[in-house]
Amino acid sequence: MSKGLNALREWIDARFPMTSNWEAHLSKYYAPKNFNFWYYFGSLALLVLVNQILTGIFLTMNYKPDATLAFASVEYIMRDVDYGWLIRYMHSTGASMFFVVVYLHMFRGMMYGSYRKPRELLWLIGMAIFFVLMSLAFTGYILPWGQMSYWGAQVIVSMFGAIPVVGDSLTLLLLGDFNLSDATLNRFFAYHVVTLPLLMIVLVFVHILALHEVGSNNPDGVEIKANKNPETKIPVDGIPFHPYYSVKDIVGVIVFLIVFCTIVFFAPEFGGYFLEHNNFIPANTLQTPDHIAPVWYFTPYYSMLRAVTVNFLWIDAKLWGVILMGAAVVIFAFLPWLDRSPVKSIRYKGPIFKFALTMFVISFFVLGYLGMKAPTPLYTLLAQIFTVVYFAFFILMPWYSKIDKTKPEPKRVTK
Amino acid sequence: MADSFSIENEMNGRRRFLVAATSVAGGIAGAAVATPFLLSMMPSERAKAAGAPVEVDIEKLEPGMLLMVEWRGRVVWILNRTPEMLATLAKLEGELADPNSERDQQPDYAQNQTRSIKPEILVAVGLCTHLGCSPVFRKEIAPEDLGPDWLGGFFCPCHGSKFDLAGRVYSNLPAPTNMVVPPHTYLTDTRLLVGAESKESA
Repeated sequence: MSKGLNALREWIDARFPMTSNWEAHLSKYYAPKNFNFWYYFGSLALLVLVNQILTGIFLTMNYKPDATLAFASVEYIMRDVDYGWLIRYMHSTGASMFFVVVYLHMFRGMMYGSYRKPRELLWLIGMAIFFVLMSLAFTGYILPWGQMSYWGAQVIVSMFGAIPVVGDSLTLLLLGDFNLSDATLNRFFAYHVVTLPLLMIVLVFVHILALHEVGSNNPDGVEIKANKNPETKIPVDGIPFHPYYSVKDIVGVIVFLIVFCTIVFFAPEFGGYFLEHNNFIPANTLQTPDHIAPVWYFTPYYSMLRAVTVNFLWIDAKLWGVILMGAAVVIFAFLPWLDRSPVKSIRYKGPIFKFALTMFVISFFVLGYLGMKAPTPLYTLLAQIFTVVYFAFFILMPWYSKIDKTKPEPKRVTK
Repeated sequence: MADSFSIENEMNGRRRFLVAATSVAGGIAGAAVATPFLLSMMPSERAKAAGAPVEVDIEKLEPGMLLMVEWRGRVVWILNRTPEMLATLAKLEGELADPNSERDQQPDYAQNQTRSIKPEILVAVGLCTHLGCSPVFRKEIAPEDLGPDWLGGFFCPCHGSKFDLAGRVYSNLPAPTNMVVPPHTYLTDTRLLVGAESKESA
């Protein structure tokens, strides 16, 4: 039997690089031995991506991308399709959990300096994945054609209209009509189920290829490739991904699935944070709901959008809001070049960086909270203050990371 | 023999030119092929043909009442303002970004303090000029959430912009301009045509 299998493997290997790829990416891909809790979220993001693709395929079998039918078809899935509710809740919970794991994955990179040389390109590819993820979330949110779908889309599309010169034609191109309509819903469906998922899969593939080229960073931020066994050429602090980390990741998957299933079965709307109450009302073009806010994962950026209330230089407040919101997302991409610290990991960075990162996290949460609340003068002021804090983390980094008092990095990874 | 056949020798001026010319031609062909796809994403002929003006009977519109009609898929407000409401317009001018409606957000015949043809009847596209939410009509004076200075107007729930009862925007809020007054005309004293200046031009 094993002889026959061996022969089959050899037959394939002569025609396709099966074994060599298995070794290069799994059984002989050496990852640092000191991974901790924070290293679960990459593989979990992959798991959620698979969940979104699978559940998404099944949703398209019953969903109708037509402004007159869309809302009812989602309710049809929820009530009349066998287990339709389960598939839909897995998809909607998956969307929120995607952002949970991706935000934690990005935070890990920020703590341990995973964006630093030689992983700049890996970080940039990750940023591209983040943009695609945001686009997927936005285009997907429109599909149920509820009140929040409609007015959320109205706001986001109007943002593109604020761009000088090309704004108006860009809006027409996005809408496919002179206002948000059936044409818009239909094309956003195409983006959500074809264009963006394809792009996402390619980018994730490239992200993993880039990772396996440079090797994983670790909580100490030291390069394990700098210290190889002279005979085997294997990093002395490296362990093969499979079986060590594949098994470790399964533990993460189990814990994640416990959380995920609890939400799916017991709190799929998550108190209005994952599925907003107003989106259970069909889209009404005559009336905006009294209180509209995006889903939680966009609220920090939404806060910044409305934090700008003064015209500044020759640009009006509306465009500034859009610029700030865009900049708040794009600025992550510059981290590899903003960080001038001699060390990568927060373990060896000084008190200024630790303070700055703490302030950044606080501002992210406060802005996220404010973005869910109706605007009042006090909240707007708070949003303005924390928008400044958010940007200060990035813009001042070249200075504070340089003067910060760092500890020496160890030669090898520690516990 | 092998030397004269090397890649470097092959890459002479003539070949380089042919490679460049082919690349340029290919690029142009690519752009040409992309054009129909891009144009297919613009509003279709059917979408362009839609958007006829709307006739509205305002006979039953009591003073202080707001009527919403749909024109070109957007909400249009028709507000019958009471004399008290009209009196607030002058008081607010210090707080507005464009009290005299100088920016081109209305037809010439509505470029006045009330931004209307008939002083009491306001006709406006009910969308915030910030990011297109539909503001809420808040006619009560000094409600708790809008503060003691509120004299009635429109409040955008999305980003907090405020407009007075003539759709003029308060300064230092996200919305940059006054609300849009669409082309409109009165066919009779109580029949309003929204979307065109006369029945013929529609």
